[in-house]
Amino acid sequence: MQTTEDMPMSFTAEREAVTQRAGSAPDKDWVIVTRGIKREYDMGGEIVRALRGVDVAIRRNEYVAIMGPSGSGKSTLMNLIGCLDTPDAGEYWLSGNLVSSMADDELARVRNREIGFVFQTFNLLPRATALHNVELPLVYAGVPSDERRKRAIAALERVQLGDRITHRPNELSGGQRQRVAIARALVNNPAILLADEPTGNLDSSTSEEIMRVFEELATTGQTVIMVTHEPDIAAHARRVIVLRDGMIESDDRRERFAEKMQVGGLASAHK
Amino acid sequence: MPFIDAIRLALSQIRVQKLKSFFTLLGVVIGVMFLIAVVSIVEGMSSYMEHDFVGKLVGVNTISLKRNGDFQDVSEEEWRAMQRRPRVLITDVEPVVSALPPGTLWSAEGYDNVPMSSRWAKPSNLEAWAVDGDYFQIREMKVSKGRLITSQEMALGTPVVVVGEEIAERYFPDLDPIGRELKVAGLPYTVIGVAESQGSIFGLSLDRFAIAPYRSPLRHVVNRPQVIDALKIKLPGDGDMIEAQETIRQVMRGRRGLRASQPDNFALETSESALKFWNDIKSKLVIAGVILPAIGLVVGAIVIMNIMLVAVAERTREIGIRKALGARRRDIMSQFLVEAATLSTVGAAIGIVMGILLAQFISAVSPLPASVAPWSIVAGVIVGAGVGIISGIYPASRASRLDPIMALRSE
Repeated sequence: MQTTEDMPMSFTAEREAVTQRAGSAPDKDWVIVTRGIKREYDMGGEIVRALRGVDVAIRRNEYVAIMGPSGSGKSTLMNLIGCLDTPDAGEYWLSGNLVSSMADDELARVRNREIGFVFQTFNLLPRATALHNVELPLVYAGVPSDERRKRAIAALERVQLGDRITHRPNELSGGQRQRVAIARALVNNPAILLADEPTGNLDSSTSEEIMRVFEELATTGQTVIMVTHEPDIAAHARRVIVLRDGMIESDDRRERFAEKMQVGGLASAHK
Repeated sequence: MPFIDAIRLALSQIRVQKLKSFFTLLGVVIGVMFLIAVVSIVEGMSSYMEHDFVGKLVGVNTISLKRNGDFQDVSEEEWRAMQRRPRVLITDVEPVVSALPPGTLWSAEGYDNVPMSSRWAKPSNLEAWAVDGDYFQIREMKVSKGRLITSQEMALGTPVVVVGEEIAERYFPDLDPIGRELKVAGLPYTVIGVAESQGSIFGLSLDRFAIAPYRSPLRHVVNRPQVIDALKIKLPGDGDMIEAQETIRQVMRGRRGLRASQPDNFALETSESALKFWNDIKSKLVIAGVILPAIGLVVGAIVIMNIMLVAVAERTREIGIRKALGARRRDIMSQFLVEAATLSTVGAAIGIVMGILLAQFISAVSPLPASVAPWSIVAGVIVGAGVGIISGIYPASRASRLDPIMALRSE
């Protein structure tokens, strides 16, 4: 098994999942498989190639961090993985479904069932209570209100906010808000928890608190994908993918990543 | 998203932004308020016309033979031609009545505004009637004081009068008018009765009259010789109105020697024809009463559309969040549509209440009667919700088409 920096795909199985015949569904072990996805933007006449062919394969129950400097395409990749956007070329398989060719409403359904978002800015509805915020994905899933309430309360209890269900976001601390957002992300039992700079707006002790929540979720079998530019946050993940200029620069297990961090070889990923 | 959740959400939006919602609703409130008020007043006038006016002025189950009908819409030319028609004469009465079934009541009437005076009041022009036949029975008029004119007095032309309450009060203040002298067009008449109050129509008192026998001297004052203003016929209970009208027509055409090709040169009026005339006016009033509030509603719709566009812009991030969490286009669309519809239905509800109050107020301070029509309430609600839905379509579809990534990035 080669693990040189010239070879981003450092895992044989992953390589196989990606290089399977295009158009064929990957094994059900793989929650995410992208095959050569590309995305370009037209920025006032200038074409920006945000992703230039990215192959990623992520197994169920993995805890993955996606890193990269700004402009590396990590936000674009996150939007694609989160089904908020579709690639211009390439395939994206999520839970065995070919998401890259889906229409708007199908994508909305996939976001609702398969993805739990956690945002840097929390993105809670400011005028709604914690309970109502957590219920929201269930509303769009068509869950009846009794069950909605029950499941939302359970999700809030899971993040130790069972006593804050009637509070509005402005009555909660930053860490509590992010935990409400995590409860909202988990309430519909998504295939992946997709966190975009989840600690970006939090102080370091609160960040640790949130990372402990992720750690716990990962140990209980939740697939977690986290986009961050902070190496010490990324170091919590079991696997770190580093993007650069719209391509994967490296894809390492945590130990290997930490090793590289220590020799300072990853200055490019840490800005 | 289930409908009930959408409504709950919309109501909470209204609750959170009370002042803004109020201004948004103003157009719809005013539109619906005037719709209800105008329709209530037209309906009030209508039920008044049907129950009181026609009964009082025309009489139910009666036919009036006149030179020209009162309740018709004619061109100026037709009107001039009608002025050249021959008058109805007292000599027409006997042939017409004898052609009708036995038990038919009739009354010949002539009237004019003439000066009246007494020792206690200066002369002023009031309605004087010279009547013959069963006038009081047809009018269902009773006296509150004194007595009616007897058939003997009718036959002899005795100079006696039955006066309306207002005349009694004006000419004989604080006195018993019975047996006192009232000068009608300078002629001395003795008051023998005061008629029960006839009420009023649109604020005009119906108690300003004096009624005398046709054969008394008054007939020379109110009309040229032989001429009467109307012959009123009231059929017995089971009489056929259509047949009676045809009989009268034939008798009159015969008396006037009209050829088959010539049109009638007299008018026959019934309470139905008066009502028909009223219904023509009413439909015009209703149209006016609907068009004017409609202008208010159009303004209201534009305001709602603007406010909803602002709301979509302000809540772009919320829309982004909802989309990220799985809201489909139609979920966002229905959220904003239901919000607009709920908003304007609340406005319509307020407008209905205010419209009813306005109608009550108008009928309290003016002679116009008011009665709230149930259909106008239903119409108000439907119009309110409709205005909201129509004005919400464009903003809602804009919201539903927002790109979730852009929407999430907005402040």
